[in-house]
Amino acid sequence: MAEKSPPLREVIKETVRHHLTVENGVALGQCLTAVGWVGGTLPELYEDGGMVEVSMADVAGGGFAVGMALAGRRPIYVIRYQGLNWLNAPSIVNYACKSKEIWRRPCPMFVRSIGMEGAIGPVAGSSHHSLYFRMPGVKIFSPMTPGEYRTVYREFMAEDEVYCVSEHRGSYTNTEELPDLFHEAPNFALFPVSICRFAAKQAAEELAQEGIRVAVHHVFRLKPFAPSREALASLSRARAGGCVLDDDYVDGVAKALAHDLAAATGARMRVLGLQDRSAGFAARVDNLPPNKDQIKALVRDAVGKH
Amino acid sequence: MNFDDALARTIYERAALCRAFEEESFRQVQKGNIKFPVYLSAGQEYAPATISAWLERAGVAGRQVFIQHRGHSTYLSFGGDLDKLVLELLGDERGCAYGMGGSASIHSVEAGIYGHDGLMGSHGPIAVGMCYANRKPTLCFTGDAAAEEDYFLAAIGWASTKGLPILFVVEDNNLSILTEKKVRRNWEMDKVARGFEMAAFDLEDDPEQIVARLPGAFERPLLLNVRTHRLFWHAGAGTDSTDIFDRHKAFGERFDAAYVAEVRGRAVKTVEESWQRNLRLCAK
Repeated sequence: MAEKSPPLREVIKETVRHHLTVENGVALGQCLTAVGWVGGTLPELYEDGGMVEVSMADVAGGGFAVGMALAGRRPIYVIRYQGLNWLNAPSIVNYACKSKEIWRRPCPMFVRSIGMEGAIGPVAGSSHHSLYFRMPGVKIFSPMTPGEYRTVYREFMAEDEVYCVSEHRGSYTNTEELPDLFHEAPNFALFPVSICRFAAKQAAEELAQEGIRVAVHHVFRLKPFAPSREALASLSRARAGGCVLDDDYVDGVAKALAHDLAAATGARMRVLGLQDRSAGFAARVDNLPPNKDQIKALVRDAVGKH
Repeated sequence: MNFDDALARTIYERAALCRAFEEESFRQVQKGNIKFPVYLSAGQEYAPATISAWLERAGVAGRQVFIQHRGHSTYLSFGGDLDKLVLELLGDERGCAYGMGGSASIHSVEAGIYGHDGLMGSHGPIAVGMCYANRKPTLCFTGDAAAEEDYFLAAIGWASTKGLPILFVVEDNNLSILTEKKVRRNWEMDKVARGFEMAAFDLEDDPEQIVARLPGAFERPLLLNVRTHRLFWHAGAGTDSTDIFDRHKAFGERFDAAYVAEVRGRAVKTVEESWQRNLRLCAK
């Protein structure tokens, strides 16, 4: 029996510790060493150990990280709420992501962009990986399992690219891997991203009890997006098509992935993500990612219409 | 370090090469051989020419230079390859930025010059981050308008907080395209930098004034707001006025006429030959 993995939180923490203590790397961000150490995902190290507190100047902070990348320190840049990327991303996407192409000077950096939601308002909530998605020169991942996180870090250290790693606090307690779910003759196929992957898994399990066969093909490599042949074949077999689920607004990653999947298979694709409105703090006006009941309703509707 | 005649001549010869380059680039724009916006730095040669000469005299090794969009003179003063700059302005892949950088985003790996991405002032935080990471002597050239960017100011603040070996050089031509500084703000960069607890000075682009403020550079963060006099348009080949003060002419008056003529002739010949050679190369 395979040894159980520590939770993702611990895996991230040990990955950062390794990066700072073994790889001569550096980690930087705002309020890292304050209460909680960013959801328990950072080792208790300080500036002399490579954990750098920057000032609260978000736009400049992104530039500091890019400079550290140019110096070859492979910075891990921690952005505590994904919405803060609106201020932090400019130098990352306009300098680091373009440096290798324009000047042949690689600028490898690892952006830890952390999502969460629920009663946290219009900026701090949700994932915002679509913000990076439209720009060239960046690889985007959304690891939700210990194994995926280790894979992403290993690949980062083996090449010289800019990595945007879309994390979600809701996954930090996860100890399990999330294998794809296949059916010989699926009624429907889900392609969930980020925190939606857990709800998609639950929805598929519950729909199976109703006799609806739902394939689940987890997406943690957002860009470049290269679905496996098996996943494409599964979607092709799904009579009612498929759906991309995202924790971001659908006018971005979700629709782009749905387009690629439709183009590759001819399947009818749908998207389900945040509603096209701002989130408020109170529960009645919040804007949350699709839950298992919403996913089940979409699947039932799609299968029923077919 | 004294400002002696040998240093003055080194600065003058360097500035003469930059001036000859910009005058020839002006002509090449008019001829239509440069097919994208060009940001000529004529009138702004003396900050980079003086500081680069001083660094060499002081034996400062391992420096890294972050360049602004109006950076031909900085590139040439700090050892960027002339032919590669010409090729870059011709859009050739053998150029210093492989034909991707145009005039505004030139760079040189060999000369330790880091290119500019086109977002005004973005190189300020990047220079500070790199300096923090490797603690090498770092120079960050910027314009007076780019220095107004909020993130540039924040970068000065963090450089001061961390006591980094960085020299910010604000090439203050008083203009953002044609909008004067007094229209944009009621403060000066040296005062802001001092507010961030950084040593800072406001001075003319007179080499003697600049050199007088350089001792101690890279032992602590330093900002020099150097008042320059842009001779040509913001972009392209043209002049905004015929009575702009010309530092190159003024500084040349300290030397005898024969030397000035010889330096100018040599610089013009070097630049013209490079343009002709590389125009032929690109025509093949």
